[in-house]
Amino acid sequence: MYSPTYAAPTTVDEAVGLLANASGKARVLSGGTDLIIQMRSGRLRPEVIVDIKNIAGTIGISEQADGWHIGAATSGAQITEHAKLCAEWPGVTEGLDLIGSTQVQGRASFAGNLCNASPAGDSVPGLVAAGAKAVIVGKGGKRTVPVEQVPAGPGRTSLAADEFVLEFIIPKREGKTGDAYLRFIPRTEMDIAVVGAAVCVTLDANGVCTAARVSLGAVAPTVLVVDAAAKALIGTKAGDEAAMAKLDAAAQAACNPITDKRGTIEFRTKVAGVIARRAAAIAFERAAAR
Amino acid sequence: MAKTHVSCTINGEEVEFLCNPQDTLLDVLRNDLGLTGSKEGCGSGDCGACSVMSDGRLVCSCLMLGSEAAGKSIETIEGVAKGDKLHPVQEQFLKHAALQCGFCTPGLIVATKALLEKHPNPTDEQARYWLAGNLCRCTGYDKIMNAVHDAAAQMRGETV
Repeated sequence: MYSPTYAAPTTVDEAVGLLANASGKARVLSGGTDLIIQMRSGRLRPEVIVDIKNIAGTIGISEQADGWHIGAATSGAQITEHAKLCAEWPGVTEGLDLIGSTQVQGRASFAGNLCNASPAGDSVPGLVAAGAKAVIVGKGGKRTVPVEQVPAGPGRTSLAADEFVLEFIIPKREGKTGDAYLRFIPRTEMDIAVVGAAVCVTLDANGVCTAARVSLGAVAPTVLVVDAAAKALIGTKAGDEAAMAKLDAAAQAACNPITDKRGTIEFRTKVAGVIARRAAAIAFERAAAR
Repeated sequence: MAKTHVSCTINGEEVEFLCNPQDTLLDVLRNDLGLTGSKEGCGSGDCGACSVMSDGRLVCSCLMLGSEAAGKSIETIEGVAKGDKLHPVQEQFLKHAALQCGFCTPGLIVATKALLEKHPNPTDEQARYWLAGNLCRCTGYDKIMNAVHDAAAQMRGETV
C-alpha cells in the first residue's frame, strides 16, 4: 500500500534538509487543495510530504519597508479578510478570492496555486501584474525572483528539488496605481479559468499612464507577461479606444493556448483580448480613484 | 511507514489518534474516531459534505490530512447541537424541511453556522456565494436558503 512519510518541520533548514534528502520524491504541502487530491487520484505519489505551515513566516501578512510580505501558505480566507491589502492591491486579492469555495478558501494559498503550476491558476496573473516576487529558500540560501519565473510548464516549476517558496513580496503601491484581475468562466462560481487577465497601471496627475503590466493566464503553458500589451497603454488615458484596440491585439498575439473542453484555441485567443481590455478599464478606474 | 501520532481538540474534547500519513482528516473522523456525521461525497473538495471547522476556519476535511490536525481545534457536525438542544441552524433546517436524503445536510449546517457567525444578517447573494461549495442534489436550494435566513433571524433574537 502507498504510504508516504509526513513531516512538519519548524525551521527552514529542517525543511530544506528533508527536501534535499528525498531527491525529488518529496512534495511541499501548503493548503493541500491540489496536492491531496492528486495523491488520492494516484497522479502524485510523493515519498515524503513536507508540511511547511509550522515554519515561521509561512503564514501571515505584514507591511514592511519593501512592501507587503505574505507567507507562502497563508490561506485565501485570511488574505481576503485583510482590508488594507485588499484595498491597495484588489487585483492581487480578487484573483485568489475566485478560487474554489469558502471551504477551499480556508486552505488554498498563493504558493500552492503558483507551484501547482496549472496555467489557469487564478491567483497568479494578479501577482505577476503587480510585480510581486517570490522568496525561495533552499540549500543555497535565499533567493528572490519575479513570480512569473516560478512556473516552468504545466505542473512544473523552476524550483530545485531542495527549494520551496517561503513568502511573497508585493511592492509598495506607488502613487496612482490600480490593478484588476478578470477571468472568463461559463458560470459565476466554482470553476477554472478559461482565460484570465490581470492589468496594473500607474497614472500621472493628468491621468496619463506612465507604467503598466499585463499578465494573461490559461492561454499558454505558463502565465504570460505581455510587454507589448503594456506598452499599448503607456502614454494613454482611460477610455482611449485606439490604445484598447492595440492592447487587445497584443494580448491576442501573445496567446499560445490549447483546445480542450473549456475552450478552443480561437475562443481563448479572442477572449484574452476582450478581458484584457475590460481588466485594463477597471485598473484605470481604480488608479484614477487613488 | 510509521503512523503519525496526533493530539488535537475535537468538539472541545482532547483527542489523540494514530493515522497513516496519507489519511485525510475525514478518513480519521469517520473510520478511526466513529464521527460519521461528516460525509464523503466527492473526496475532491467540490461538494462540501465533509465540511468541518479547523481553528475557526471552514474547510473540507477531505482536503486536509489527519496529521495536519495536530494542535488544532476541530469542530464537526457532532458538536453543533448541545446535548439535546439543537442549534438554531438545525432547528430551521428541520422546520423548513431543508433536507431530503440528508447527505449534504451535515456539511450545509456546519457551513451555514460558520456563515452566520461571521455575517449575522447575510444578503441572499452573500449566503449563496458562501454556500456555493455545498452541493445538494435532491432537496433543491430554495428550502435551504429559507432555512438559512430564518436561522440568521433566530440567532439575531428575532421571532421566526
